[in-house]
Amino acid sequence: MKRKNKRLSMISAAFLAICAAMALILAAFEDNIVFFYSPTEIINNELQANQRLRLGGLVEEGSVQRATGSPIITFNVTDLITTVPITFKGILPDLFREGQGIVAEGNFRGGKFFATEVLAKHDENYMPKEIAEALKKSGKWKGAENALPQTK
Amino acid sequence: MKKIFYFLPLVILAILAIYLIMGLGRNPQDLPSVLINKPIPAFELAPIKGQTKGLSNLDLLGQVTLVNIFGSWCEACRLEHDLLMKISKNNLVPIYGIDWQEPNNLVGPRWLKRLGNPYTLVGDDPKSRGAIAFGVTKAPESFVIDKNGVIRFKHTGRITENTWNNTVWPIIMDLKKQ
Amino acid sequence: MIVETGHFALVMALCVAAVQSTLPMIGAHKKHSSWMALASNAALLQLLLLIISFAALTYAFVTSDFSVTLVLNNSHTLKPLLYKVSGVWGNHEGSMLMWVLILAIYGGAVAIWGNNLRPTLKARVLGVQGILGFGFLLFILFTSNPFNRIFPAPIDGQDLNPLLQDPGLAFHPPLLYLGYVGFSTTFSFAIAALLEGRIDPAWARWVRPWTLAAWGFLTGGIALGSWWAYYELGWGGWWFWDPVENASFMPWLAGTALLHSAIVLEKRDNLKSWTIFLAIIAFALSMLGTFLVRSGVITSVHAFASDPTRGVFILALLVITVGSAFALFAWRGPALKSTGIFQPISREGGLLINNFLLSVATASVLLGTLYPLFIDVLDLGKVSVGAPYFNSVFVPLMSPMILIMGLGPFLNWKRGDAILALKQLQIAAIIALTGAVITWFLIDRATVLAAFGIGLSIWLFCATLSELAGRIQLFRAPIIEVLRKLRRQPRSSWGMTLAHGGLALVIAGMTASSAWRVESIQSMMPGDTALVSGFEFTLKSVQNIEGPNYTASRANFDVTNRASFKISLEPEKRIYVVSRQPTTEAGIYSTFLGDLYAVIGDPDGKGGYITRLYFNPLVTWMWFGTFIMVLGAGISLSDRRHRVGAPARRKLPRGATAET
Repeated sequence: MKRKNKRLSMISAAFLAICAAMALILAAFEDNIVFFYSPTEIINNELQANQRLRLGGLVEEGSVQRATGSPIITFNVTDLITTVPITFKGILPDLFREGQGIVAEGNFRGGKFFATEVLAKHDENYMPKEIAEALKKSGKWKGAENALPQTK
Repeated sequence: MKKIFYFLPLVILAILAIYLIMGLGRNPQDLPSVLINKPIPAFELAPIKGQTKGLSNLDLLGQVTLVNIFGSWCEACRLEHDLLMKISKNNLVPIYGIDWQEPNNLVGPRWLKRLGNPYTLVGDDPKSRGAIAFGVTKAPESFVIDKNGVIRFKHTGRITENTWNNTVWPIIMDLKKQ
Repeated sequence: MIVETGHFALVMALCVAAVQSTLPMIGAHKKHSSWMALASNAALLQLLLLIISFAALTYAFVTSDFSVTLVLNNSHTLKPLLYKVSGVWGNHEGSMLMWVLILAIYGGAVAIWGNNLRPTLKARVLGVQGILGFGFLLFILFTSNPFNRIFPAPIDGQDLNPLLQDPGLAFHPPLLYLGYVGFSTTFSFAIAALLEGRIDPAWARWVRPWTLAAWGFLTGGIALGSWWAYYELGWGGWWFWDPVENASFMPWLAGTALLHSAIVLEKRDNLKSWTIFLAIIAFALSMLGTFLVRSGVITSVHAFASDPTRGVFILALLVITVGSAFALFAWRGPALKSTGIFQPISREGGLLINNFLLSVATASVLLGTLYPLFIDVLDLGKVSVGAPYFNSVFVPLMSPMILIMGLGPFLNWKRGDAILALKQLQIAAIIALTGAVITWFLIDRATVLAAFGIGLSIWLFCATLSELAGRIQLFRAPIIEVLRKLRRQPRSSWGMTLAHGGLALVIAGMTASSAWRVESIQSMMPGDTALVSGFEFTLKSVQNIEGPNYTASRANFDVTNRASFKISLEPEKRIYVVSRQPTTEAGIYSTFLGDLYAVIGDPDGKGGYITRLYFNPLVTWMWFGTFIMVLGAGISLSDRRHRVGAPARRKLPRGATAET
């Protein structure tokens, strides 16, 4: 019986370890999931100022402005219904372009989005999935029900 | 009891596979456009540099037309171009182009100059207005439009000789007869 | 004509795979030795055919045959030769061809070096490889034929994605595939063993070299990809927890677990079904990676052209192969009896905990990678799971593993003595603690986590060294004796020492570069100076230059630390002529203590440029550490005892008690 007891204690130890690991993973999920919003949603949702989120849409034509002599860049992102101004410090990704879909990560305070990161796809030819969906939600997208992002 | 553990991987794989299939199912490429059999939405595009007339929905009334969304940046458009040239040389159907998301207003016209211009009219679409009106997700995309300005067919991606002969051209012939 | 030959060879390879996957299997079942012998010939013939096919495609790329659609889409006459060649696998179709080629290479290797395998086992292993090859060849021929032609041929091509025109990325996919596909061999061995119903230490010995090879290549491939991201993306980071990165990392974690559990099976005849399970999982995760990258179900910054038909096909392949493997496992697994028993505190115990932690880590990466998809499928919104999740799960999981990694090798098999082991590790523990404390008090901006990370790294490094010192009786035996023992160390134990020591360096690099990276973003006019971590970066000039197939603005920075140190950096922003796609080329100068890193951005409208400057501490340690790890795998692989022909010649004097 002694061996059986030992076995039991090992199994329960393993079980406890799995529970601990699960708790760890769940806690990490709780804190670190970033939700994606379209410009219209971000305006209409109650958001905490320090909540990290992603905002996606098209960069409005002619809205990109660089503060001369400083690395601060501002531009507007739109889903063709709502436009949200974004402030970003740094070098924009290689594929950033006006009229192009981008995703920005950061937080939203007082009607402005402060981006810590701006993502554009490695491939310029296609619309990222989230952005196509944001445009669809805004009702401006009249195309295929499901847009497929194509990347390479 | 112990055996149950050995079945666990199979169960997890099954669950995972269901999710992955559903994930794939969310992105079907060629769902028929909701615009099929509806009149084209109103739009108006400026001409590309070097031409005087742009493109609007009113230009597409009165005859069967093919609307083609392209861009000089798009690889598949380059491949499709030879076929479009052939179609226009043989006067099979008038093709109207939407020049989508060019980085500047020079490259599109230059591209057409180099490869030949199969389009009756070309609208410049840097702001995706036309593309959004047609619900374009990627280039190239082509639409067959009947005399009354109703979208009858949509093709995503490059039209190959095969699709042209077997699908697109028969549809156009039918519409022309009506 | 050559292209047609390649296409034809591909079709022939499919036929050969059909033979390879059936006849030897039947032969093994019915004990027809001639049918079983067919397996080797079929595997070698398949290898030959795929080499022809691959060579034909390479020829089309090198000669810029634009009548081949794939060449047209991915190459250009202006492109340098290296990138014409790497263009072969820089796209979906070509990379799949490379995938099956590598599969065939492993199959051929088993055919050549597997002579001492039981004939039935060998036939079955090659048979399973044949099935995999058949599935993937079918996939290529039906959905992704690289040899499709276009008429008439255009004059020039569309060019390879400029981001891929880079030496690091040219060799990243082949290495990665050698790793991914290498796990197909362990998978085949696992299936064959399940079919035979016989899993014993000899089996583990046969599997070992294949696991090691796959693991080594995968380690190298991941490191190369990470290095590429570091210098090419211009963000100063080296790991982004992007789904595509995770896709390669998961098989690595599972493979690492497999490598260790196979040792327990080999030495102690234990953990049988677990090892089999890991062998299946490692390959399943490789296939899942292939699926994720190519199907477009998950948004990633760098994925291949996605196509749902391809996705469906790969998913079907995955479900069929892995599903039947698991079904076989469920059927045959319970009958596998492990003979060895062990105490919780023992070498086995340590390896088991390490396996447990690696598995949980794999699961957590899998969960994090697929979570956005689950949420999307359930219509709960669009989310992304970023680096913070992975970091906050990974650090707590890996820290105990590193601690045990230092301790484990000091424990005996079956029943270990923790107290004795800890006594032997006293010095290592003291040095590690001191290191952590020094870090905490003396270095600016040291967080608890950073100090802990440095401590862990020192602990692992010193523990690994003490283990080696113990084995060669350093300071306890005369120097001649020590040297003799050092020379006599079996290569497999050198492998362990190097792999563990290399990991210690990697941990130090990761900790330091995450904790003490200094970033400075500003707008600079030529002549301006920015101060980053004690270094003065002076922008001398920005010039326009012409490359072979791109134009660029190249900045020239002088960097000095106000002492004698003075170097210059030349980051570029390139625009590729054909695709007009811009890319960033960071200017990097590596020193022992850290990298000086400069990136040039857009003009700021006032005659200046936006620049991003970094000091990235200890980054080179990571690359060097992974190199050491791969070297360890290579040395271990060359160990006679573990070579494929091992059990036959066991007459060698066995060096000490050394066991990896």
